[in-house]
Amino acid sequence: MNTLFAAVIPYWGQSLLRVLGGLVAVLLPAGTIVYLFLFKMMSFMQSRLGPMEAGPYGSLQLVAEVGKWLQKEDIQPTNADKPVFKMAPIIVLMSTFLLVVVVPFGPDAWFTDLETGIFYALAVSSISVLGILMAGWSSANKYSLLGGLRAAGQLIAYELPMVLAVMGVVIQAGTMNLQQIVVAQNAGSMFGIDTFGNPYVITQFVGFIVFMIAIQAELTQAPFDMPIAESELVSGYMTEYSGFRFLIFFIGEFATAGVFAMIASTLFLGGWGVPFSWFGWTSMDSVANWMNVVGPLVVFTKMMVLTFLIMWVRFTYPRFREDQLQRFAWKVLIPVSLANIMLTAVLKVVF
Amino acid sequence: MTILNDPVSAKLGNRQQLSYIASQAADARLNVELETEGMTLNIGPQHPATHGTLRIIARLDGEQVVWAEPSCGYMHRGYEKLTEVRTFPQVTSLINRIDWLGSFANEVPFILAAEKLMNVEAPPRAQWIRTILFELSRIANVSLFLGDLGVQLGAITPVFLAFRDREYVLNLIESATGGRFHPNFDRIGGLKDDLPAGWIDETKVVMKKLRNFCDEIETLLFGNEIFQSRTRGIGVIPRDVALQYGLSGANLRASGVDWDLRRDQTIPLAYDKVDFKVWTHPDGDSFARCWVRLQETREATKIVDQLLDGIPSGPVMAKVPKIIKVPEGEAWVSTENPLGEMGYYVVSRGDLGPFRVKIRSASFNNISITPWLLRGVYVPDIITILASLYFILGDIDR
Repeated sequence: MNTLFAAVIPYWGQSLLRVLGGLVAVLLPAGTIVYLFLFKMMSFMQSRLGPMEAGPYGSLQLVAEVGKWLQKEDIQPTNADKPVFKMAPIIVLMSTFLLVVVVPFGPDAWFTDLETGIFYALAVSSISVLGILMAGWSSANKYSLLGGLRAAGQLIAYELPMVLAVMGVVIQAGTMNLQQIVVAQNAGSMFGIDTFGNPYVITQFVGFIVFMIAIQAELTQAPFDMPIAESELVSGYMTEYSGFRFLIFFIGEFATAGVFAMIASTLFLGGWGVPFSWFGWTSMDSVANWMNVVGPLVVFTKMMVLTFLIMWVRFTYPRFREDQLQRFAWKVLIPVSLANIMLTAVLKVVF
Repeated sequence: MTILNDPVSAKLGNRQQLSYIASQAADARLNVELETEGMTLNIGPQHPATHGTLRIIARLDGEQVVWAEPSCGYMHRGYEKLTEVRTFPQVTSLINRIDWLGSFANEVPFILAAEKLMNVEAPPRAQWIRTILFELSRIANVSLFLGDLGVQLGAITPVFLAFRDREYVLNLIESATGGRFHPNFDRIGGLKDDLPAGWIDETKVVMKKLRNFCDEIETLLFGNEIFQSRTRGIGVIPRDVALQYGLSGANLRASGVDWDLRRDQTIPLAYDKVDFKVWTHPDGDSFARCWVRLQETREATKIVDQLLDGIPSGPVMAKVPKIIKVPEGEAWVSTENPLGEMGYYVVSRGDLGPFRVKIRSASFNNISITPWLLRGVYVPDIITILASLYFILGDIDR
């Protein structure tokens, strides 16, 4: 969307395209994840069928659910801090939209190409903590308060291993630009073999595992779902939300899962690229133009694989207790990722 | 008194003095309020973790419980009083609903007490079928506990496996008695009907399925490290405390007390004909309670298998008059129900119905330990402990 279209499309047209593209890039994966994983995969894992009535194999179930939520009464608790209460879900969803803008979908298909892309992504991902805290505090509900505070503690604790896990990738690629990280993975070679490029999931395996655990916690999915903890805190910070506001939280949860999986696939699985040696490309400039169309599909596929992992864990494990979670972050994940950074740095200098 | 001796207040008039004291008190209150204050959290009566309407009033300091108390009675249905205006055969349809997951087990001790008063004994075949159905209701009850445990701890999958496999047992109970949840099958002097054809073979197949289910739960849930870290060392009940609070059933056996009414008393049921092990665990924590229940479910399937092999032939009903009048007297019979010891103290004045019935249900006593047990734990542990104590609201409130 840069040099290719700049000459033909005026600036306002480009902006409009970006907004539409952002909506598609966030909401389409969210809908797919909800139907495919939350409705169907979870049901099959639990020896039931899931939704079957709305549309073929229940494929329109989500449409029906959205319709139901839109019809619901907009309930606000009497003692709620109303402006904050209304703003909270929007802030949570906003952080997702801010996150997707740095994800590259093809050699020219990106929303914005920041030099410090991954740094920006990690920074804006923590905005959702604010929204969750606001929701927990303004609901005037004790369960919400406990849930909000748990969420804040948890998200801050897991921000650190996430950043540290990304550091290894940044050291290895030598750049924070996500586009160049993708090129470095696909154009590179691993142990002298360039058939598969150099996906960092192999060389940065420890970082990948730490990153996946950290995003599991960041998304508040089981086994790290204490902020919601439906058996303890009813629904945590979402307890008082209903109708459209709950829908925003709900969509936000799965959209964020999708976007985080996109970032993980960009960092560790080679993003939009396929190994360049397959088509005889050598650098970014020689990549064929059709990759702008295929690239998004490649990202989508890799995202679905990673989301599958996230959801699989979610449907399988019981949840930690709050103190166990903090201990796990500070005593296990952070030392491991620090060791990983050290090892990566040493190897980078040696080779 | 310090305020009254205060030089400032001494100069003031009577009325002003009072308002001065009030303002001093308000300041003192404010000072207290500026310190971190506890929060009272009402868990229930409507709460997903209490599977019913139990209310736990918990005073929290952060996430730690300072003081907690259960408040029950939100589902009190007055069964003890209602039995007084029913005839003896009608009572079973009421007491079915006390522990609604293992209904048949509720009927047995009452019927045994009535039979004791009438000096009637059910024929051997009826006793065996009673025992089989008793154990089937235990399996139906505890297998749901094993699945529900996962949900309480955040794992959503096991409960669906539990519902799937409990369905087989409920189908068996339905085909034998006509009622899935509320059989109302036990009669004074025997049973309403004999077993249907082919029931014994079908039951054996189902028992195999249930043993598979237990293995599945053991690997899925009990082997999980998160599950173990959530339950081990949480809610430890020492042996003497368990005895003091009158716990019974698996909660008592998990504290290392080897006490099982199936083995330790002679009642006209077929337990003395079978060979079974009473499982105990030395730890007394939540994990021990869950583990003992898992082993008991396995043991129950084995008991049913043994009983099915040696079931005697004959009638299922003793000779009792059409209109049952229980002679004057008092009788106490208790059995080892899925939740613990359940007993009925039946007082009869020679009428059609009982004069007074005292129901001793296990959950009421089991839940009485919660104020002692919940002190100092974290909020998530409340749920773990309540789940592992395993109560059923109908059994608490009656």
